[in-house]
Amino acid sequence: MTIRGKASIAGVYEHPRREIPDRSTSQIHAEVAAGALADAGLSLRDVDAYFCDSSAGFGPISMADYLGLHCVHVDSTETGGSSYVVHVGHAAEAIAAGKCSVALITMAGRPRSAAAGRRGGELTPDMEFEGLWGMAGAVTGYALAATRHMHEFGTTSAQLAEVKVAASLHAQHNPNAYLPHPVTVEEVLESPMISAPLRRQDCCVVTDGGGALVVVSPEVARQLGRTTAKILGHGEAVKHAENGRLDVTHTGAVVSGPRAFEEAGVTPADIDYVSIYDSFTITVIETLEDLGFCAKGDGGRFVLDGALVAPDGRLPFNTDGGGLCNNHPSNRGGITKVIEAVRQLRGEAHPAVQVADCALALAHGTGGSIGSRMGSSTLILGREDA
Amino acid sequence: MSGVLPTPAPVPTPESEEFWAATAQGKLLLRRCDDCQTPIWYPRGFCPVCGSFRTSWSEASGRGVVYTFTVVHRSGVPGYREALPYVVAYVELEEGPRLLTNIVECEPDDVEVGMAVRVVFFDTGKGSALYRFAPAPS
Repeated sequence: MTIRGKASIAGVYEHPRREIPDRSTSQIHAEVAAGALADAGLSLRDVDAYFCDSSAGFGPISMADYLGLHCVHVDSTETGGSSYVVHVGHAAEAIAAGKCSVALITMAGRPRSAAAGRRGGELTPDMEFEGLWGMAGAVTGYALAATRHMHEFGTTSAQLAEVKVAASLHAQHNPNAYLPHPVTVEEVLESPMISAPLRRQDCCVVTDGGGALVVVSPEVARQLGRTTAKILGHGEAVKHAENGRLDVTHTGAVVSGPRAFEEAGVTPADIDYVSIYDSFTITVIETLEDLGFCAKGDGGRFVLDGALVAPDGRLPFNTDGGGLCNNHPSNRGGITKVIEAVRQLRGEAHPAVQVADCALALAHGTGGSIGSRMGSSTLILGREDA
Repeated sequence: MSGVLPTPAPVPTPESEEFWAATAQGKLLLRRCDDCQTPIWYPRGFCPVCGSFRTSWSEASGRGVVYTFTVVHRSGVPGYREALPYVVAYVELEEGPRLLTNIVECEPDDVEVGMAVRVVFFDTGKGSALYRFAPAPS
């Protein structure tokens, strides 16, 4: 695929001021966004892709939230002053690939008017109002989601615990797992309360580490002597606080999932194995619902009776032990989700948890917090012969 | 019973100075869109619903209900870690927005989803006050 002739720049805007002591950096992003869109004859409602550098708060999550954008493609590639040129290239690629049709790129800063540092010395725009109340790390936000999910759907702590139990049963076969010992529902429920209703064993591990992936063209793939996994579909989304009307009972997977399934031409019923982001047990419950593996609100009941346990459960998940037991490197577990899905498709998972005839796998990543604003990304992979 | 919660001072931006100044006067302000009339939260000089830059302040009722909450039992946050257990919650204001905040003036175990609450202010000593919520007489 080439981007030649596949995309054009339709609007531009340079902020007219050179000293801006009376605006926040976020406001400047908003002003230049409005200016460029007006120049193009478009509105914020037309934008389906957003690009910004890493200084714009929590990447694109903060500014999509501020601006009220609903995007299915985001990119915060950080290459210093060249970032925005790169963004143009990435936007063209995404448009050529049919991922989006209106890409907004913004940049802003106030080095003359604010102290040095991130965002010109400013916090992300939400932190000024959300950083004062004793949020004790990510668990507090996910606990807010869990409480509401329990309230609306009757989800129980014992159901959450089933997710941890399944992960631990898998981790016992992974010699590298941080927590390699199986646990019972009772043991999860007896672990110390951290941020009610989430207990210690509802939380993922904190580990050093990392991972890498190599993506190649079909031509290269054919020349390799190695079994590859085909990328069949992908979806992404930022789900944010919706101008303070946030709903913590669902995730961005409600957008990223259907897009990935549509691109891959498959349905949840076709999937043989799932890697579901498991920062906390509630993350898995909500994500399974949002991806369509069960009805909204039924996640707690869906995971009962060993449904997630490989190799014979209805939907084997996280056969490496997941973030709950195996690894959550640098508090960013997305790469491990893809790695285990590829192992399954290659038939290279541990024999005790290898899913028989695994032809289709789904890997789902979650970033930020389901208790406020977050990024979601769904990837559907197929065996080489898929 | 939880301990006394700390009162960390916010660092206002040009976009939020009036909001925080009003809290010191016991007022909870909402930014409101002059074009579509939607109350905006968190406060910003831009309407994320209709894209308008025409916004202005109005005073909120200060009344709402608990949308969701958590009782925090482990915390490394200075000031808060000495006040365990404490309640972090989203309160849904009568005007619509859901605000992250603390629930105070009651036992943590007595907080429930849907509970009626009213705003109370805690002076930071730096020209602002933290908006928290306490059970409201029904």
